[in-house]
Amino acid sequence: MSQDLKNLLEQASHSISESADIAALDAVRVAYLGKKGELTAQLKNLGRLSAEERPAAGQAINQVKVQIQELLEARKSELSDAAIASRLQTETIDISLPGRGSGAGGLHPVTLTMNRIDKMFGKLGFDVAEGPEVEDDFHNFEALNIPEQHPARAMHDTFYFDDGMLLRTHTSPVQIRVMENREPPLRVIAPGRVYRCDSDLTHTPMFHQVEGLLVDEDVSFSVLKGTLEEFLKMFFEQDDLQTRFRPSYFPFTEPSMEVDISCVMCAGNGCRVCSHTGWLEVLGCGMVHPELFRHTGVDGEKYTGYAFGMGVERLAMLRYGVNDLRLFFDNDLRFLRQFT
Amino acid sequence: MQISENWLREWVNPPIDSDTLASQLTMAGLEVGSLNVAAPALPGVVVAEVVAVESHPNADKLNLCQVNDGKETFSVVCGASNVRAGLKVALARIGAELPGIKIKKAKLRGVESQGMICSATELQLAESSEGILELPGDASTGMSIVEYLSLDDNIIDIDLTPNRGDCLSIVGVAREVSAINKVALTHNSVTPVDSSIDDSFEVELLAPQQCPRYVGRIIKGIDPQAQTPMWMQEKLRRCGLRPISPVVDVTNYVMMELGQPMHGFDFDKLNGGIQVRLAEPAEKISLLDQSEVECRDDTLLIADHAGGVALAGIMGGIDSSVQPDTRNIFLEAAHFTAIELAGKARGFGMHTDASHRFERGVDAQLPPIAMQRATGLLLEIVGGEAGPIIDAVASDYMPQTPNVELRYERLNRLLGIEVERAEVSDILQRLNMQLAEGAEGWQVTPPSYRFDINIEADLVEEVGRLIGYNNIPGKREASHIQMDSFSEQCVSVNQIRDILVERGYFEAITYSFVSPELQDLLDPGQQVLPLSNPISADMSVMRTLLLPGLIQALQHNLNRQQSRVRLFEAGLCFIPAGENLVQTPHIAGVITGSRIDDGLYTTGESVDFFDIKGDLESILRLADESEFGFMRSDNPVLHPGQGADLIFRGETIGFVGALHPSLLNKLDINQSVFVFEAKVSPILTRKLPNFAEMSRFPFIRRDISITVEENLPVRELVDSIYSIKNELLQEVFVFDVYTGKEVRNNRKSVALGLILQDFSRTLVDEDVENFVAKVLLQLKEHYNAELRES
Repeated sequence: MSQDLKNLLEQASHSISESADIAALDAVRVAYLGKKGELTAQLKNLGRLSAEERPAAGQAINQVKVQIQELLEARKSELSDAAIASRLQTETIDISLPGRGSGAGGLHPVTLTMNRIDKMFGKLGFDVAEGPEVEDDFHNFEALNIPEQHPARAMHDTFYFDDGMLLRTHTSPVQIRVMENREPPLRVIAPGRVYRCDSDLTHTPMFHQVEGLLVDEDVSFSVLKGTLEEFLKMFFEQDDLQTRFRPSYFPFTEPSMEVDISCVMCAGNGCRVCSHTGWLEVLGCGMVHPELFRHTGVDGEKYTGYAFGMGVERLAMLRYGVNDLRLFFDNDLRFLRQFT
Repeated sequence: MQISENWLREWVNPPIDSDTLASQLTMAGLEVGSLNVAAPALPGVVVAEVVAVESHPNADKLNLCQVNDGKETFSVVCGASNVRAGLKVALARIGAELPGIKIKKAKLRGVESQGMICSATELQLAESSEGILELPGDASTGMSIVEYLSLDDNIIDIDLTPNRGDCLSIVGVAREVSAINKVALTHNSVTPVDSSIDDSFEVELLAPQQCPRYVGRIIKGIDPQAQTPMWMQEKLRRCGLRPISPVVDVTNYVMMELGQPMHGFDFDKLNGGIQVRLAEPAEKISLLDQSEVECRDDTLLIADHAGGVALAGIMGGIDSSVQPDTRNIFLEAAHFTAIELAGKARGFGMHTDASHRFERGVDAQLPPIAMQRATGLLLEIVGGEAGPIIDAVASDYMPQTPNVELRYERLNRLLGIEVERAEVSDILQRLNMQLAEGAEGWQVTPPSYRFDINIEADLVEEVGRLIGYNNIPGKREASHIQMDSFSEQCVSVNQIRDILVERGYFEAITYSFVSPELQDLLDPGQQVLPLSNPISADMSVMRTLLLPGLIQALQHNLNRQQSRVRLFEAGLCFIPAGENLVQTPHIAGVITGSRIDDGLYTTGESVDFFDIKGDLESILRLADESEFGFMRSDNPVLHPGQGADLIFRGETIGFVGALHPSLLNKLDINQSVFVFEAKVSPILTRKLPNFAEMSRFPFIRRDISITVEENLPVRELVDSIYSIKNELLQEVFVFDVYTGKEVRNNRKSVALGLILQDFSRTLVDEDVENFVAKVLLQLKEHYNAELRES
């Protein structure tokens, strides 16, 4: 290789490594490899050489050209890496700062609880049924085997309207409406608001119940018990939850029972929540009274049925540890935010 | 009902402890609410005799007594006026413990007292008492007071269900304990007391449907000085009854023991005879509790020939009541029909031990038995001579004992287990039922006191509860799973809830009844449904909108330093429509405060109309959004410039907007509040998706900028362009609206984007320009729109 070429390569190499950015580098490329570049000029000068000298000289020039190209590529990639590195530097942020956007809101704990119950019974094929909240005496009492002057009426503290209509005192009238309008087999769950004329530390004039009704050809107490035991264990997510079925009285079921669970606050050892009994009453249930079948035209010989009812607020209080029933209706955001 | 465990055990005494007994009762359906000791332990308190009483040397009102406990005599200072020599008393000796007090030697006004003579209150045997407790003369001196008064007892409080009126007595509970434990009752009958005089009294049953049986008896020459014995007083006290006088105490005792409410009249105040009859219109009667009631035409009275002497089954009259000087009495044990008496006491605002029992039903066979028991006890305590038992019966109206069939197969089907036939027979017999067994099952005659047994299911319950529901295993239902049919076009309220929650709303649940003032403020002029018996004035009318409740919840939060509030509620509203009532589900929301939570990204902007409209639109998008429209609202609750009615198929179904500033003033709210409320049902149906072919050719976007009258709703421009119905037009949207100094003469500038596309070719400029020209011409003609110079 001629001294000229060596010098040229050295100069080019120097200029390449001195190039501070892509534009400078490109200028270097043009200066050597461009149409009017120095190396291009060398190639053009090849014609002046003799036929013997030409191949070797041409090869030498091409070698330099390749070397310059390699240097250019290497420097280009260096520069591009440096550019990215510097961009990364400037783009670095404090990732401990909060993300953008206001958070979601939340459902009311009563809705959360009702949805949970609906979902569990939904898996067993129960549909959600609804009924009016302003009810007539027939559906709220009479058809449920609670005639006028029945002592059970005194316990219901009913809100009345001037025309004799009333605010339903329980979700049980939905049982009647379903049996009136549909043919068995029936499996429905009826969540909703109910009203009693009572207001103190442990009572609000409005609260929520979920009613369940199953009418089919072979519905027995044993099935009712199995279903509710499973439900309660799943609801409280406690496999070892104890339940007990106590005989009780509801005019619309016979036999009737109340269901207690071992206290979920103290595991049955006795605490303030269970009045130191170790048991909590959570449900009322029983086998559908034949009188309801008679009122609604269901064949009570062919079909049997069970029904149950539970207080949603009570379940929500036990589930989430809420200690004051009235909080459910204050709608205080500091309360509601706790259920998201 | 509370009862004494010792008294119960006099009737049936199974070898089980108190806790087991209580738990057995609970599990048999007689729920024990509490089990408490009848009295404190009272160590060191004994029966003692006051030997001598002299005045305290230094105090007028105190006495210095010498009291002997059978071994020693103590000097005791006592302030009670009824202390006297010879009296048997309860002495708390030095070292004795009373509730809250330990007795020590003490000097009272300079004289040493070696103990204390106790009152009933101090021993916690009564809530109040006058003077010291006087014990009978035959009380054994030196015996501990606990032993003497059998205070080692428990009070069992039972919450009875209304169907078990038969258990409202010691005997009633004892029968259950006997059936559960297979232990016979200790007593089975009452000793009759023969008459020693012939005096009788006429009894007429003039309302036999209400009162088919009336048993009476005259007792003459009782001792008005006699006292109720201590044992009876104690038993009554433990059952929650206050001792009053021997005649009243005996009738109460019999009621507690056997379950038959009774009444004693002063015989000398009765005229002519007893008539059990319905009251005359507006007939009045003065009762034992000093009240006077005006009867209704369905009020049953016990009357004599001069007028009413008792409100049947509820309370006796004052004029014929037994007084301290009464010598001759007339005792009543009647049967009143439960269904006829139900609710009557409540109608007078009353509730008595008698009415409680009669409403739930009392055994019609019980009156003569109770009369014998009461006579026996009375003669023992107050002496006198008893006349013959008067037993007036209207046989046709007496309750009939039913004959109930219990089919073996049905029993097993309802309980879900195989019960042994012999076990069924045994259980029913333990419950004193008469059985006739046949191939299918049993014909059962319940005892006369079990009027709750009328149908087969009642017997199934009896068998089930005596087996014990806890002994019947729960089982899984045989699977009846079937495929669920649900419409894809249904939208659920839960989906609406979820969208709002996603958009930062919290769900509220507010009362369905609100204050009439707030209701009228938010839904002015709307007819409302008032409650007849509201719990308070501010919860007295049914809501016609969800808004009043939400506004209250908003105020609650604003008053608690929560300045950014987003709440929604889903629930029924109650709208009177003439004679009818419409109960419609609504959805409503309220927002106020900053658009974004305070913090790093806060822009300082508060929410505005378009925030809440966007929230509402996001719900409408669940349904077919194109079915809904907005029109400027004249709802007086809303800001006149920032309110819209929500229209669905030409009908207003809701509204959205800013609350009117003057309304905010009335509500004492100092920041802008935006609300929406809508009927839910139009939102609950959506369109089934229907696929449309997509073009393979690129679309072209062309923007136009025009000026129009400032108050022209931009929506009209968009609708107008769509109305051109050119198949190239895919979409029109607004991307800028500007009013300001560059646009004058009450005009505004509107920038619209048009998206054009063809299915068969790539569009050329000419296509677009033709269309834009058409648009501009139409907007010019209809809205005087000018193309804006750029």
